[in-house]
Amino acid sequence: MKVLDGIQKISSDIYKTILKKKQPVVETPLRSLSNVEYNEKDGYFKQLGKTKERTLTAATIKTFAQTLRMMSLSKELVNKDDIATKREAYYVSKNWGEARFNEQPESDTVMDDVEAMLGVNREQLGFIPEEKGGDVAGELIVIDQDPNTGKDIRVDCTKFGSGAYSVPSSTEHLEFETKADFILAIETAGMFQRLVKHNYYKKSNCILISMGGVPTRALRRFIRRLSDSHKLPVYVFTDGDPYGYLNIYRTLKVGSGNAAHINKYFCVPNAKFIGVTPGDIDDHKMPTHPLKEVDLKRIKDGIKNDPFVKHHKEWQKALEKMAKMKVRVEQQAFAAHGLNYVIEKYLPQKIKNPKKWLP
Amino acid sequence: MPENKRSDAEEMATKQREISVAAFFEKNRHLLGFDNPRKALMTTIKEAVDNSLDACEEAGILPEIIVEVIELSDKRFRVIVEDNGPGIIKEQLPKIFAKLLYGSKFHKLSQTRGQQGIGISASVMYAQLTTGKPAKIKSKIGKGKKANCILLKLDTENNKPDVISEEEKEWKKDHGTRVELDLEASYIKGSQSIDEYLKQTAIANPHTTIIYTNPKAEQYIFARAVEVLPPMPKEIKPHPYGIELGMLIRMLKYTESRTLQSFLTTEFSRVGAGTAKEICQHASILPNIKPRDINRDMSEKILNGIRKTKISAPPTDCISPIGDTNLEKGLRKEINAEFYASVSRPASVYRGNPFVVEVALAYGGELKGDKQARLLRFANRVPLLFQQSAGAVSKSVSAVNWRPYGLQQTGSNLPVGPVSIVVHVASVWVPFTSESKEAIASYDEILKEMRLAVQECGRKLGSYVNKKKRVGLELKKRGYIEKYIPHVADALKELLELTDADDKKIQEILTALLETTRGKVEEVGKIDNPDYDADFAKIGKEEPKEEEGDEQ
Repeated sequence: MKVLDGIQKISSDIYKTILKKKQPVVETPLRSLSNVEYNEKDGYFKQLGKTKERTLTAATIKTFAQTLRMMSLSKELVNKDDIATKREAYYVSKNWGEARFNEQPESDTVMDDVEAMLGVNREQLGFIPEEKGGDVAGELIVIDQDPNTGKDIRVDCTKFGSGAYSVPSSTEHLEFETKADFILAIETAGMFQRLVKHNYYKKSNCILISMGGVPTRALRRFIRRLSDSHKLPVYVFTDGDPYGYLNIYRTLKVGSGNAAHINKYFCVPNAKFIGVTPGDIDDHKMPTHPLKEVDLKRIKDGIKNDPFVKHHKEWQKALEKMAKMKVRVEQQAFAAHGLNYVIEKYLPQKIKNPKKWLP
Repeated sequence: MPENKRSDAEEMATKQREISVAAFFEKNRHLLGFDNPRKALMTTIKEAVDNSLDACEEAGILPEIIVEVIELSDKRFRVIVEDNGPGIIKEQLPKIFAKLLYGSKFHKLSQTRGQQGIGISASVMYAQLTTGKPAKIKSKIGKGKKANCILLKLDTENNKPDVISEEEKEWKKDHGTRVELDLEASYIKGSQSIDEYLKQTAIANPHTTIIYTNPKAEQYIFARAVEVLPPMPKEIKPHPYGIELGMLIRMLKYTESRTLQSFLTTEFSRVGAGTAKEICQHASILPNIKPRDINRDMSEKILNGIRKTKISAPPTDCISPIGDTNLEKGLRKEINAEFYASVSRPASVYRGNPFVVEVALAYGGELKGDKQARLLRFANRVPLLFQQSAGAVSKSVSAVNWRPYGLQQTGSNLPVGPVSIVVHVASVWVPFTSESKEAIASYDEILKEMRLAVQECGRKLGSYVNKKKRVGLELKKRGYIEKYIPHVADALKELLELTDADDKKIQEILTALLETTRGKVEEVGKIDNPDYDADFAKIGKEEPKEEEGDEQ
């Protein structure tokens, strides 16, 4: 098995190095935007070869020990065919004495490192996230399995009333039936509910998905498989701010620098950004908020360091325009022109006019 | 309007008369260091000890000085200072002890403790003024001779000795002098006490033995640490650049030279015939003029001539410094620190007077870190205990930026930290800010030399403090790394299903690896000071129990 073999190889290499009285080193891929490349043909952030080292130095020894401990925990989980949530893994570390994690983000980081080191998905290591995928409503039937009987369960996503279908943390086994024309992925739960309530998916024959911020890995995989299996275009609708552009949309479309080793599967390269674009602010005379210092920094950083932005002139222009306007806008600001303006005017017009989209 | 009766010149003339030097000092005793009973005791002992040391050194005798202070009654003390010096001949005894401004050291330029010939006579005068008792002097000048014993007072009107009685006695000492004075005084312990003064004297004079009994009948023996006398300071003639008009006029009056040119070449250092002619030329005065024919205006011209002439610096081999190693040794005896540094500067010159600055410094160890640096000041091997904040030493130490050397400092104040600094100035003429010789005057050249010496010590301190910091950090890092080695071993044991023995082996190898990859750590910060003398250090440390009301 790939995971167990990998763990065995890395740890015995370290052991052999120690027996040779040499400094043991753990090398993990550098998980950042500076270690990914982007081209449109592949469609996602591909990991490059940069690594970071952990060895017997004051700065790295603790993580060195923790990485080994985390690998040991993973080995145990895989052997026993058990799972641990990320939070549980954090609590397991409380038995490691001095090497324990103080906060969960520390343990998540080491977990991601082990994942990247072995080039696998964290589920293969026996770790699962607490986060759920996202909400779905619209012209879609999800075919899941009954965990007890193994029989198919057909979930009709139009039958949740004012509620929605919740995407599970693992989506590989799901199958889909749909006659929808497109998928509309929405940043905020508020906008999602408005569109559900007013039967937008019926009017425009689409599948609505609420991402609730940056889409989880599970949701990215869900949208990818759904889109691939039925050749559905994916339209993304977020707030008009750098977070919506660079964190939510960019991650959905091409993945992240942080988890580049799994981007290949957890991205939606055919996603298109329909709004809210900086252009929309003028076109629809929308009420705005001033950009904060962090927003401006994110824009600057994106233009300078994000391989995706660097690849797309349109995005550079859009971000520069926003930096110049010094304002951001929320999805729900369309309500200034009437509660259903977004349904009756904005979305139909925008979807018909690809020229006004961003890549 | 009632008219006050005014005096006319005739009447006033009846009241105008010469003021005796002695009478003047009687009224201005603070100028000589007798401001209060406590300082009076200190000054008396200091003057007697200074004279004893000067005399011993001049005669080439390793000094052994006995100091005894006896409390006679409340506020009344007897001071006895006895040395093994060459003694004083009978004829000179009265003048030396009971005539102000009589001495051997004022007229020559040589590195001695005493300068003006005031000190001991002033003590005699002060004693008789406060207790009415005469001074009791005993002196013997060689084996087989008898000691001269005299009772002596000072006639303050005429600044003349008044011998009350004299007799010859047997004395088992081969030679030496003993002074006994009864005076009004007050004895307290602490940083400005006799105890402290004598201790610091021992620090700066490692060739001296002092046997001291304080009023509490506690006896301290400061045994000599060096069996060799410091090189005899050479007497030099004044350098023209250091001369002032009054001095020049006086020298011209008393010289035996027949021409100005020979006066210049014989009475001054670094003046040869050529330089003398040049001075005369610049002064527009003939070189063959008789010195006694030179009036005040001409003297001033000569002074100008001197200023216009380039004259080489005075010889500097006339200075006898304590030496950086000896100074440091003294400090090691007194302070148990972890780091010492010392610097002896090359001789330099202020106003024609050669001088040498020496600095030693102790850091850390048992020194407290939250206080201002302690300064130990010496001038020609004499400790200066009063007016610490006045004078060149405090000024130059404060002017140095101590922060790069690892000490705290606010503005231009003394640094704060576990540090004691010793500054010694040796010169043929140490410029004091007052006759009581409490602080060294701030001549630019002296300040500069002090600053350079202090900075040099500071740099040594800085590199030590940095090293200590570095090593401390390395030890901390190493300890941190070592903490996680067992975790690495345990994880590998789990991962590879190793045995406990393997686990132990991994830990051993990794610990050894740490040493080879990071290098050995030098031990820094330990106190390693065999010279430290705890009993010695304690002297003078007790806090004064009573504070003088008239203390400044």
